[in-house]
Amino acid sequence: MSSQPGSHEDMSEEKFPERAHKHEGTVAVAESPFADPGLPPHEPRRQDIDERAAKRSERTVALLFTVSMLATIGFIASYVIFPIDKIVYIFPFGHVSALNFALGLTLGLALFCIGAGAVHWARTLMSDEEMPSERHPIEAEPEVKAQVLADFKQGAKESQLGRRKLIRNTMFGALAMVPLSGLVLLRDLGPLPENKLRHTAWRNGLQLINMNTNQPLRPEDIQVGSLTFAQPQGFSEGDPNYQSELAKAALMLVRLHPQDIKDKRELDWSHDGIVAFSKICTHVGCPISLYEQQTHHVLCPCHQSTFDLSDGGRVIFGPAGHALPQLQIGVNAQGNLEALGDFTEPVGPSFWERG
Amino acid sequence: MSTASHATNDATARRGKAPAGERVADWADGRLGIYSLAKANMRKIFPDHWSFMLGEVALYSFMIIILTGVYLTLFFHPSMQDVTYSGPYVPLQGIRMSEAYASTMNISFEVRGGLLIRQIHHWAAIVFIAAMLVHMMRVFFTGAFRKPREINWLFGFLLLVLGMFTGFTGYSLPDDLLSGTGVRFMEGAILSMPIVGTYLSMFLFGGEFPGHDFVARFYTIHILLLPGIMAGLLVAHLILVFYHKHTQFPGAGRTEKNVVGMPLLPVYMAKAGGFFFLVFGVIAAMAALASINPIWEYGPYRPDQVSTGAQPDWYMGFSEGLIRAMPGWEINFLGHTLQLGVFLPLMIFPLVLAAIAVYPFIESWVTGDTREHHILDRPRNHPVRTGVGTAWIAWYMVLLLGGGNDIVATHFHLSINAVTWFVRIGFFVLPLLTFIATKRICLGLQRRDKDKVLHGRETGVIKRLPHGEFIEVHEPLSQEKLYTLTQHEQPKPIEVGPEVDENGVQRKIGTMTKVRAKLSQGFYGEGSQIPKPTAEEHVEITSGHGHH
Repeated sequence: MSSQPGSHEDMSEEKFPERAHKHEGTVAVAESPFADPGLPPHEPRRQDIDERAAKRSERTVALLFTVSMLATIGFIASYVIFPIDKIVYIFPFGHVSALNFALGLTLGLALFCIGAGAVHWARTLMSDEEMPSERHPIEAEPEVKAQVLADFKQGAKESQLGRRKLIRNTMFGALAMVPLSGLVLLRDLGPLPENKLRHTAWRNGLQLINMNTNQPLRPEDIQVGSLTFAQPQGFSEGDPNYQSELAKAALMLVRLHPQDIKDKRELDWSHDGIVAFSKICTHVGCPISLYEQQTHHVLCPCHQSTFDLSDGGRVIFGPAGHALPQLQIGVNAQGNLEALGDFTEPVGPSFWERG
Repeated sequence: MSTASHATNDATARRGKAPAGERVADWADGRLGIYSLAKANMRKIFPDHWSFMLGEVALYSFMIIILTGVYLTLFFHPSMQDVTYSGPYVPLQGIRMSEAYASTMNISFEVRGGLLIRQIHHWAAIVFIAAMLVHMMRVFFTGAFRKPREINWLFGFLLLVLGMFTGFTGYSLPDDLLSGTGVRFMEGAILSMPIVGTYLSMFLFGGEFPGHDFVARFYTIHILLLPGIMAGLLVAHLILVFYHKHTQFPGAGRTEKNVVGMPLLPVYMAKAGGFFFLVFGVIAAMAALASINPIWEYGPYRPDQVSTGAQPDWYMGFSEGLIRAMPGWEINFLGHTLQLGVFLPLMIFPLVLAAIAVYPFIESWVTGDTREHHILDRPRNHPVRTGVGTAWIAWYMVLLLGGGNDIVATHFHLSINAVTWFVRIGFFVLPLLTFIATKRICLGLQRRDKDKVLHGRETGVIKRLPHGEFIEVHEPLSQEKLYTLTQHEQPKPIEVGPEVDENGVQRKIGTMTKVRAKLSQGFYGEGSQIPKPTAEEHVEITSGHGHH
């Protein structure tokens, strides 16, 4: 490209001195060993000169298309033959759905063979002679540009938009305001936050219900070294807001040796070494589920925030910003564990109004 | 006018004899003007190179996604209505779940071929975004984004970003335990936004998370809003590809003024059309052989449950890495909380993407080049650009690794803390190291090119001279090869000029001018390119007897 003299007068040259230099020595350019030799001559393929090779290609393409047809018939047959619940063992894929396996492979084969046939046809039989085609600059010729500018000026003048400022300003005002209606209409997408994120379903006197057995938890149910999950008494899976309430109220309990509890408030809020913490990670709200009994650390499997349950739920590692909220618990007259109030701070991820 | 009507009469006269296809075309031409359209495009030339198919993979996987997606809408119920499962999958019988989850189970276990189409849809989405990213890298490293293609670069970039979010809203629809965890993460990220966070969250979920609305809302976004915008952008992208004509790699006979290749009809039509079937066939086979998103293994979403090793689809992985690597900074002031640990990653996420999107504009500002470019650059000839591109990939990759820090830790028996710290440091250091290494490799390759041009190709043939000396025979390059290796231009860096003018008066040089000159020096200064061999050097060496 750069060795073709005079091929780009329309480009700003001054910033590219090297190229300008080349233009000075036109004679040198003509003899340059680096000059563009032009398109190399077309090399015929085997199929271009040997009709037998071409015939072979033709048969290959036709074979591929035929395989595709057979594969489609196979697809329809598989659809009819295989029951949907049939599981077969196929090495090395293991136990797979026979229907899915057969449908997918036959469909894949039917499609692939069409593609392979078309590409093979194009590569071996259609002309592979490369040919140049001219490009034209995208930018308009100066006359065209002048004409457009003149037309625009004429149109703008005829509209009188520039002269009638009152029309212009009120129009901009109206156009700017009308989308507000659409914005207002979005208001009922949801309620205002108000205090919703500050409270959970826990109240003083609510018993802790074991998530696994659905029975009230008793202190002796909770063994040292295991993580127990609980929800408030009165929760039912059928409640319309069950999921949203559970997303805040989910609770995890562990039993520690009281002497292992380092945080004084944590000890005060525990019962006989049993401590209850929000299960919802303070990072982005995943439920925490991994417990390391030696260290009393819990780990959120989503982003690996690690909290120390023997030290007020403090963050040990990871992206969480503050400690897990603790729930104060006690034992009621029946000997069941109960909450002694709601969490005193919002559970789950932080938000602007949290404070 | 008169000639036109004359031509019409002629056509009418011949109508009886013309073949059916031509008569249909005549009919269409009278209404759509297809002959003029075909004249310009039917034999349009497309250059050939393997890397040009990457964009095609993206295009075809998008079409596959649309086809399979339409099928899935026939069976999917975008509802969070509470139902009890009674389908054929025994482990979940009697379990409460949303209708969305139950209908996805229905598609997977009761609709014949439903599982296949679901898996094709999901695999195609994964391939789609990977293909877009790799296509974007091809465009980046070869400088194909330069004038006149900057706008098309942005269209492509928008397609990538929208594709990511379409994917996210899509895999959230089944309301399974894994995707619900992702949605919960998204809610936490929204909550971290100052002032508006809680409001946005309430409005998006129709109340508190998870509520009863998000599946239906995501459904509209996933099947209508985002794909609609993407289809528009895609058409615009393709129109511009046609209008600009394709770029081509340098070589003999290829200039800025032409495009060398094979015509649309028949070669490109057969190859590109065939390639659609190849892509579709491979993805269908993937869906047959490899399970993707087995929601029955995860179970329906419950906000108090999670599985270990929870991972988003790969294209969301780098944002996951940002959030995992970020230290848990949280500021409390005046009764407000700013959770930087989530909010900063949320802000850096678009910046990572924007960094690559704005590069073409930075480059064109630094070089001050206003010409059109249709000949692609060999990446080595632009060490700084190539370095920036690989640095960005390193940045992306280290975040992707961070997004899977638990997987990395368990598979390679590493400490998760060590992996996280590696990502934290690597986020800042790795791009820099990659830039330096890439630039040096590019310069090395430039030196090699220069050597090849001047001394020819190493043949590996050792010759013993009569006096006992051994030499390796070098074979001179062909004219085509010489041209290809030397055709690129090597711009000179912009000079600020002297501090004082000819009268000794201090010149006012703006800060931006200085920055630009500095950057230009960095792009094209002595340390950033090896002067290519001149014709004189070549003549001097080849005319003599020396072969060394």
